[in-house]
Amino acid sequence: MTAVAEIMDYDEVLRRFDPVLGLEVHVELSTATKMFCGCANEFGAEPNTRVCPVCLGMPGALPVVNGSAVESAIRIGLALDCQVAEWCRFARKNYFYPDMPKNFQTSQYDEPIVFDGGLDVVLDDGETFRVGIERAHMEEDTGKSSHVGGASGRIHGAEHSLLDYNRAGVPLIEIVTKPITGAGERAPEIARAYVTALRDLLRSMGVSDVRMDQGSLRCDANVSLTPKGESGFGTRTETKNVNSFRSIERAVRFEMRRQASLLENGSEIVQETRHFDESTGETSSGRRKEEAEDYRYFPEPDLVPIAPSREWVEQLRGTLPEMPWERRRRVQEQWGLSDEELRDLVNASALDLVAATVDAGASPSEARSWWVAYLSQRANERGVELAELSVTPAQVARVIELVGEGKLTHKLARQVIDGVLEDRGEPDEVIAADGIEVVSDDSSLQAAVDEALAAQPDAAEKIRGGKVQAAGAIVGAVMKATQGQADAKRVRELVLAACGQQ
Amino acid sequence: MSTISRDEVAHLAGLARLAVSEDELDTFAGQLDVILDSVARVGEVAADEIPPTSHAVPVTNVFRTDEVRDGLSRGEALAGAPATEENRFRVPRILNEEA
Ligand SMILES: [Zn+2]
Repeated sequence: MTAVAEIMDYDEVLRRFDPVLGLEVHVELSTATKMFCGCANEFGAEPNTRVCPVCLGMPGALPVVNGSAVESAIRIGLALDCQVAEWCRFARKNYFYPDMPKNFQTSQYDEPIVFDGGLDVVLDDGETFRVGIERAHMEEDTGKSSHVGGASGRIHGAEHSLLDYNRAGVPLIEIVTKPITGAGERAPEIARAYVTALRDLLRSMGVSDVRMDQGSLRCDANVSLTPKGESGFGTRTETKNVNSFRSIERAVRFEMRRQASLLENGSEIVQETRHFDESTGETSSGRRKEEAEDYRYFPEPDLVPIAPSREWVEQLRGTLPEMPWERRRRVQEQWGLSDEELRDLVNASALDLVAATVDAGASPSEARSWWVAYLSQRANERGVELAELSVTPAQVARVIELVGEGKLTHKLARQVIDGVLEDRGEPDEVIAADGIEVVSDDSSLQAAVDEALAAQPDAAEKIRGGKVQAAGAIVGAVMKATQGQADAKRVRELVLAACGQQ
Repeated sequence: MSTISRDEVAHLAGLARLAVSEDELDTFAGQLDVILDSVARVGEVAADEIPPTSHAVPVTNVFRTDEVRDGLSRGEALAGAPATEENRFRVPRILNEEA
């Protein structure tokens, strides 16, 4: 464990080194069945109830490729601007570890199904950075092991391990970037933004659940440093177990600082896998990286090659939905957003929610204001994602509708939304339960207006003289007097009428 | 022509989790040499225009429709396990690796 005091300051790291990143993202496809057998591809089932001779690696069992998984792989490749192989094979990756009962993982080696593409990643300030895609290949997930006897279920000190093979054989796509250079201080941010963009893309395509918390989207971050002014890449480490977007950013940042500290001390970087600890924000040494040839890859004899015809590829290209970046451009145009407004919307992860609220009948500007401002703040306070708040776009649209009809003021609307967030039912139920009502009785409002005008004779005089902007002060006083329960629009009308301006 | 060393045999044995004695290293190095030499003779007849072949039949694109089929019951699945615990396969602890 490296003490914090020994670790180099981030700015100092950047003065001396250029970071190089490589990101490997594993995506579990949401097909009905596994990659090579008809077992259900299902998260959370009872242990060892989604298994068969193929995924348990029993002698004589033969795999057959899931056609839907191949289609998804090609579609993902097309969405990532990749070439689709004319011909490619599966390969056996041999290793001995009980999470693969076959003693090998069926993967692809030097013939990935798609290769050479890129993804434009929008950063927090709205700038775009293109991340090159080296390849994406098909493989199968491993079983899940738990370790018994050691502390906290980790392997150190464990007495034995228990295996559940429900996940063994689940279709997996591994997407590998080209080395990401020239990122400088933004390397950690780019790593996070890339995985986020990939998540959004895959979700819009409906090919995966892309749940980092459930492991259907997993990221390994390769980091190395090149001393300023030198060329070539330094020795890299691969940090695994990074399972949130924020963790990706933190892990890359920590590795840059740790490696820089070692290099400054004249120490060498060990090529190894490292583990990220969410609680400390640090990485720790895992295992030394096995060289590729140690897996003794060879073409899988039990599966025939895949040769996607160009007709098939073009047909699949036709099934691609609107891409997230196309959608952003369309929404910006339709809703008349500035670049900054669009950026805020995207950064708040509010685009889908706002769109759904608009679909439910709200105006884009009202919907945007609720989600990006008020509800984002509520989500922050609760430490949850915006989408995890217990309020639906339809409920927000209903509240906006009530405001539009003058039945709620903005202040009351917030009370209603808070009630919904507290799981107290639909907006109308909260309104009924709390007796929330806009003061719309003109006679009581009129009294409040008269009172306010009498209290501010100067303002009243100005309005009578035609300076209608002075009405704001009177409206404010009335709103205050009615504790925000009055309809400001109606109050204004009454004020102007009382002063002979309407 | 010896192409494979004792060290390489030991390395491969390690990767394959095979216990190989010192005597056996020499035996297997010699035997593997014979095998490699035999395979190398294939290279003598393979001309440039013949691509490396991994599959004997000229068949591609064999796919299965994405429909769930019944597999094994949990009892059947665990029947062959050397040991079980909590409906899972129980194996000796795994050394030197994190899962
Ligand atoms: Zn199966």
